[in-house]
Amino acid sequence: MTSLIHDLPARRARSTDTFVRGVLFIVSLISILTTIGIVFVLLRETLYFFSEVSLAQFFLDTRWTPLFASRRFGIWPLVNGTLLVSFIALLVALPLGLLAAIFMSEYASPGVRGWLKPILEVLAGIPTVVYGYFALTFITPWLQKIFPQAQIFNALSAGLVMGFMILPLVASLSEDAIASVPYSLREAAYSLGATRWETVTQVLIPAAFSGITAAFILAFSRAVGETMIVAIAAGQQPKLTLNVLESIETMTAYIVQVSLGDTPQQSLAFYTIFAVGMMLFLMTLIMNLISYYVARRVREVYQ
Amino acid sequence: MSTANPFSENAEHLRRRHLKGALLAGLAFLAILLAMIVLVTLLIDVFLDGLPWLRPQLFTNFPSRFPEKAGLRSALQGSFWLMILTALMAIPVGIASAIYLEEYAPQTALTRWIEINISNLAGVPSIIYGLLGLGLFVRGLGLGRSLLAGALTMSLLILPIIIVASREALRAVPRSLREAAIALGATPWQVIRDHALQYAMPGILTGIILAMSRAVGETAPLITIGALTYIAFDLRGPLDIFTVLPIQIFNWVSLPQKDFQRLAAAGIIVLLGFTLLMNALAIFLRNRLRQRW
Repeated sequence: MTSLIHDLPARRARSTDTFVRGVLFIVSLISILTTIGIVFVLLRETLYFFSEVSLAQFFLDTRWTPLFASRRFGIWPLVNGTLLVSFIALLVALPLGLLAAIFMSEYASPGVRGWLKPILEVLAGIPTVVYGYFALTFITPWLQKIFPQAQIFNALSAGLVMGFMILPLVASLSEDAIASVPYSLREAAYSLGATRWETVTQVLIPAAFSGITAAFILAFSRAVGETMIVAIAAGQQPKLTLNVLESIETMTAYIVQVSLGDTPQQSLAFYTIFAVGMMLFLMTLIMNLISYYVARRVREVYQ
Repeated sequence: MSTANPFSENAEHLRRRHLKGALLAGLAFLAILLAMIVLVTLLIDVFLDGLPWLRPQLFTNFPSRFPEKAGLRSALQGSFWLMILTALMAIPVGIASAIYLEEYAPQTALTRWIEINISNLAGVPSIIYGLLGLGLFVRGLGLGRSLLAGALTMSLLILPIIIVASREALRAVPRSLREAAIALGATPWQVIRDHALQYAMPGILTGIILAMSRAVGETAPLITIGALTYIAFDLRGPLDIFTVLPIQIFNWVSLPQKDFQRLAAAGIIVLLGFTLLMNALAIFLRNRLRQRW
């Protein structure tokens, strides 16, 4: 009898535990629902778009003018603009980010690291609209002094600034990868008489290659999806060009342009943003998944 | 003929190797230096442009066609309430998901799926969340271009950040602490509520602050769901149309008049004030945390 009374709080605690567990499980499904929601919304609107516009018009045309009287729906000018800006950004972010990572993990004293990392975090924490302002009002006038033919909106200015925006991401992920190389490998290299730099380039970087590759791919994905810098500084002229001093338009900037404009929400022109969004989502998804699996492989090797 | 030092060539070679190393180390240092120079240049540029426009009317006036009369009143209200609503939704859901995944979830295919899913969601471009919000909240649920639709969209956007940070904080709780509680007969939930969460709270808080600082600066998804740039009245409720600080800045940057660009710079000082303060707080919290344990 007495034992039953004593058991009561314990029993209640156990049933509370089961209840909480169930609630937490249901809440954790929200993240899956988000993904399903993204795929569902993009798919539904994109399918509607492609019931009006053929896949051939989308993938085989070279002009993108859905807002004009003579409508053309060739996606490549937007893809071209996106990749052009992204490559410029990567040309800045990858070498500088990797060098910064090497410096932080192998050269900097703990004290120096202690204030370098927060500075990089501040750089990463600045809202992208601020970078856009910086590109348009500071970098572009400066570029125009060097290249007088540079237009007010151009791919180079947006790309350069975007490079510094994603630099902290490259630096911090690469540093994690280099730091996770087992210490024995460093010791082995030093004991064979390698200098510090030889250890870095011939032992640590090859050993951390998967992690660094994953960081690079993730940076690329981030650059492709970045919106405000290009919406402010890169222009609104979709075209197939490799001239970085010209005004171009990226996929993200196009979505912003339509969202801000007076395109009626039921018109076909409005549905283009979902088709473009789908293309953007698929591009970044593929890159993110590759990065995820590449990064996981290295972790398994050193387990 | 004197005998050559058999090691001389090696010594010369070694010196060259070290010289090369020092050169490249200098290059690595320059990379960091360049990043810092860009940061400082950006800050100085913004302050030089914006400081003269940082006046009381910037905070009390509504936007206007005339730069000298224009202010951030509606944008500040929008940002403030968006933060509150987003925090109310994203923080409980984020922490709850983290607790489930870290403490309860069995090693099943579903769990692994949720995990891959979260890490992928963290990499989805923010503008895609805007399209989701437009399709789901603005049109699907019929919320229109409202503050609530914006807050729901923003909650989904920062959820992965909060989950990842909270999980890391929970993972760092020492085993001994949990085992002691279990040995005293605590149920898993009691261990989590009374011990693991208490211990992990500073880490979780750091993640939340970083997520909120991200949310206050996000622009693209809110533009996509249709947040407006010109609102000349006070916010009346969660279903009202709204604007936020970064959208107002974007609008001013896009205008051709030079004065509006300086006004944008003044707005940026306000925005940076918020985000940098939050970032500093997060870094401070984390450093204190590291020292204590």
